[in-house]
Amino acid sequence: MIDLANVTVRRGSVPALDDVSLSFGRGGITALIGPNGAGKSTLLHAMSGLLPPTSGRVRVEGRDLAAVPATERARTVAVLTQTERVTARLTVRELVSFGRWPHHRGRPKAADRETVEEALELFDLSDLAGRRIDTLSGGQRQRAFVTMAYAQETPWMLLDEPLAALDPRHARDLMDRLHALTRPGAPGQRSVVVVLHDLGAAARYADRIVALRRGRLVTSGARLLTLTGPMLTDLFETSLTVRRLDGRDVVVPG
Amino acid sequence: MPERRLALLALGLALLAALFLCWNLRQPMGLILSLRGTKLAALVVVGAAIGAATALFQTVAQNRLLTPGIVGFDALFVFIQTGLVLTLGGAGFAGLPPLAKFGAEAAILVLAAMGLFGLVLRRDAEDVLRMVLTGVILGVFLRGLSGLAARLLEPSEYAVVQQASVATFGAVDATQLAIASAVLLPTLVAAHLMAARLDVASLGRTTARAVGLEHDRVVRLTLALVALLVAVSTALVGPITFLGLLAASLAHAVCGTYRHAILVPAAALIGAAILVGGQFVFERLLGFQSTLAVIVEFAGGLLFLVLVLRRPAR
Repeated sequence: MIDLANVTVRRGSVPALDDVSLSFGRGGITALIGPNGAGKSTLLHAMSGLLPPTSGRVRVEGRDLAAVPATERARTVAVLTQTERVTARLTVRELVSFGRWPHHRGRPKAADRETVEEALELFDLSDLAGRRIDTLSGGQRQRAFVTMAYAQETPWMLLDEPLAALDPRHARDLMDRLHALTRPGAPGQRSVVVVLHDLGAAARYADRIVALRRGRLVTSGARLLTLTGPMLTDLFETSLTVRRLDGRDVVVPG
Repeated sequence: MPERRLALLALGLALLAALFLCWNLRQPMGLILSLRGTKLAALVVVGAAIGAATALFQTVAQNRLLTPGIVGFDALFVFIQTGLVLTLGGAGFAGLPPLAKFGAEAAILVLAAMGLFGLVLRRDAEDVLRMVLTGVILGVFLRGLSGLAARLLEPSEYAVVQQASVATFGAVDATQLAIASAVLLPTLVAAHLMAARLDVASLGRTTARAVGLEHDRVVRLTLALVALLVAVSTALVGPITFLGLLAASLAHAVCGTYRHAILVPAAALIGAAILVGGQFVFERLLGFQSTLAVIVEFAGGLLFLVLVLRRPAR
């Protein structure tokens, strides 16, 4: 479980996250939604330990995140940020292998290499494994970073806009895989918290919704209860409706 | 295989060293070998230190166009020489005890580098670029001061400053070399021991921290090693700004790997090979004296321009 108690993160004098208290239970997909500048990425960074809160406390599995050593934290929480930029000339396989760093600290074993190969296969990157990441498209690179986060084998995966550069097919493939990984009974079941601008993906895949606006929590809870037309219309300040289509919820304008 | 290429580089350096020692060897062989041996050791130690320092610096700066010399080591060294000649005069400068002068210069350069790195990276290691720019501006400031001070010198004193401001290997003192080696060699070993953590650091601060690296500590430690390597080398022979850029760029090109267990020793071997090979060509084959540093700066400067123009700075 990840618990945030009265978490505030200030950038200069402006609060990017303002007194947010939330709990994330294990398993399933939680979608963070909200307009630009709502504080979604800041929340994800605070939950991952990359950004210490100005005030308040983040607890992961009952432990204060600020007191957890970096390696142990990286074995519990994997995070994909929007600022991934690597200047080293790495192949996809080499990049994904760095996901194993918290486990081997520079001395990889055969099991680590196996995990990397499994991750590449699971995320459909085996064909690109030998390609250098600086020769990949934005979407391919994004998939490589998600695969690296997966290879960390952490119970928690925090993903900031993983669909941003993906075409519809790969976006759907990725969400299908994350969905499968988070189901009860899935081997090494993961808990995924994901920032999504694609409300259709949130409606289709999320088990829970957390909505933020101007750094403050608007609402959180089970998707079926929280993802409603009036809530979305209020959140994004534009008219949005949730409709049922072929047994699935979809978000449409108007 | 990068390991094989590294072994070939080591072999190449060994051959160059043998050539440097044995080419046209005449009587009295013992004395000549001893003189050549001291010079060879200076070339190898300084070349290795500068090459390795640049490979390390480029990783923490996340930029393959940078060299630690760019943050003002050379300017500070020249400023020290100018200041000493201005206050003591040409004769007084020449009469300074060499060992004390070397020790003081090395200490000042290390402290200045630590001060610069520490000042900017006090809170976290997020803004290495700001540190580099601060160093560049301080370098310009010190050059300006040296230029101003140089106008107050007699022409003969100015010639002394000019001579002291260019790296030379001809008159390296054996005691100074032994002291420098005692600092530089363990520093190179320490850098090698950090190789795996530097591999992770090369992912950039956010990603490196996300996989559990104590990134800021690794950056601070690396910069401390860089400061030692460059400061002691500069105090020993004088400034060579672009040698490291040549060595690190060639190491990347030759080895084609991100692994610092290969890259750092490769840059060290190439740095040493450039100096040994260059000195051999200029001194033994062409009969020139004191030309090597100028040529290395020229070639390194050209490479810098090529790298800048060929691809966007990263």
